[in-house]
Amino acid sequence: MKDGRFLTLGIETSCDETAASVVADGRFVMSNVISSQIDIHTAYGGVVPEIASRKHLERINDVIGKALEDACVSAKDIDLIGVTCGPGLVGALLIGVAAAKAMAYACDIPLVGVNHMHGHIAANYLEHKELEPPFMALIVSGGHTEIVNVPDYNKCEKLGGTRDDAAGEAFDKVARVIGLGYPGGPKIDRAAKEGDPDSIAFKRVYLEQGSLDFSFSGLKTQALNYLNQERQAGREIDVNNVAASFQEAVVEVIADKAVMAAERYGQKQIVMAGGVASNSRLRALMEEKAGRKGIKVLKPSPVLCTDNGAMIASAAYYAYRSGVKPDLELDAVPGLEF
Amino acid sequence: MKAIDQSTILLKNEDDTRALGLRIAEALEPGDVVALIGDLGTGKTALTKYIASGLGITEEINSPTFTIVKEYRSGRLPLYHFDVYRLGSGEELLDIGAEEMLDGDGACVIEWADIVADVLPEDALAIHLEYGENEGERIAEFL
Repeated sequence: MKDGRFLTLGIETSCDETAASVVADGRFVMSNVISSQIDIHTAYGGVVPEIASRKHLERINDVIGKALEDACVSAKDIDLIGVTCGPGLVGALLIGVAAAKAMAYACDIPLVGVNHMHGHIAANYLEHKELEPPFMALIVSGGHTEIVNVPDYNKCEKLGGTRDDAAGEAFDKVARVIGLGYPGGPKIDRAAKEGDPDSIAFKRVYLEQGSLDFSFSGLKTQALNYLNQERQAGREIDVNNVAASFQEAVVEVIADKAVMAAERYGQKQIVMAGGVASNSRLRALMEEKAGRKGIKVLKPSPVLCTDNGAMIASAAYYAYRSGVKPDLELDAVPGLEF
Repeated sequence: MKAIDQSTILLKNEDDTRALGLRIAEALEPGDVVALIGDLGTGKTALTKYIASGLGITEEINSPTFTIVKEYRSGRLPLYHFDVYRLGSGEELLDIGAEEMLDGDGACVIEWADIVADVLPEDALAIHLEYGENEGERIAEFL
């Protein structure tokens, strides 16, 4: 506690960012330190688990130290520690969990484990100070494509998810085959701005009538078939057109389903979360489609869309306030579900 | 594992992939490893889905690329579904604790298995998948 404010330290190491942050009263970001490994992983076309764990280990103490320093607080001011306990890469998660446990034990601070996905949703509480549940959440990232009904703080009900590849994964894979490289999302977004989204007729995959699930694997195959065809015919491939058409096929389905879910559950607002929520075309299309139905779309700024400690701190704060018991024995759970 | 006595199978459509998946599932025993090799989009995850369904697994099987491995316990045998696309070597697979899954109480299906071939058991069922001549066709070759 400092100046009457409840301080939460959030720690996040589930994938390729080593991150820590101090958040006051669950809403106000006092510091947000993110040490990214993207440059390291670019060379490999994706996250490399072994390298990721080693880098987390090298950086975690400095990152936590910097988060306290930037917030002008010391460990004794911290009222609660929140740490991502899953889902994620097991070796990576363990580093954050071990660091959090050690600090919680040494400084006698309550510790709660946070579901990474709840963290992504909570990023919106930091961005939009007035936001309160209920709302519909759309989480789109490298590992997830999910529609989640949020009736209350710390209550999440998953309505649909991907049956094969996540949206961000499809972006990464297609970016790789058209030579754009890693990370695929931002590169396709940029290339798509120079291309024509109607130039190639990629199928929109809606699955069964009314389904809130997604499937992007077939679209990836369509893109590969198209590239093979064109190469065999000796035609030059317009990377920007492929990027634009592919992106449109992905984001149109996502936006339609998110709006359908909000309507079905009578939600007046949709919050976007996860790395792919930064995609400019998805953001625009969501506004357009939801706007037509009188549904408001809330988006966190790009820095809060990527993995960060602040969103974990906010989720931990609301979990703790909702009565989740602190647990010094908590474990990393790589396959943690909602 | 009971041997599958064909070296190459033409999978004309998804129904053929399903039939192959179910057949593999029927033969699986604890400790068995199915090694899938093939380019993006050749149907590795699709085949895995049908193997899982043949084992009686009721959960949704989706790509484990993000976490490298997902486990499913609702079927006749536990299934460990790996996607090692992001790994550099077999050693890295062992680093994430795969040893007890490879030689464990369930069956393993490993996508992009060529990357980690050096640490897989010799009796693994290796299947190479590639595009067939016509759209939707795949060729499964047992190595």
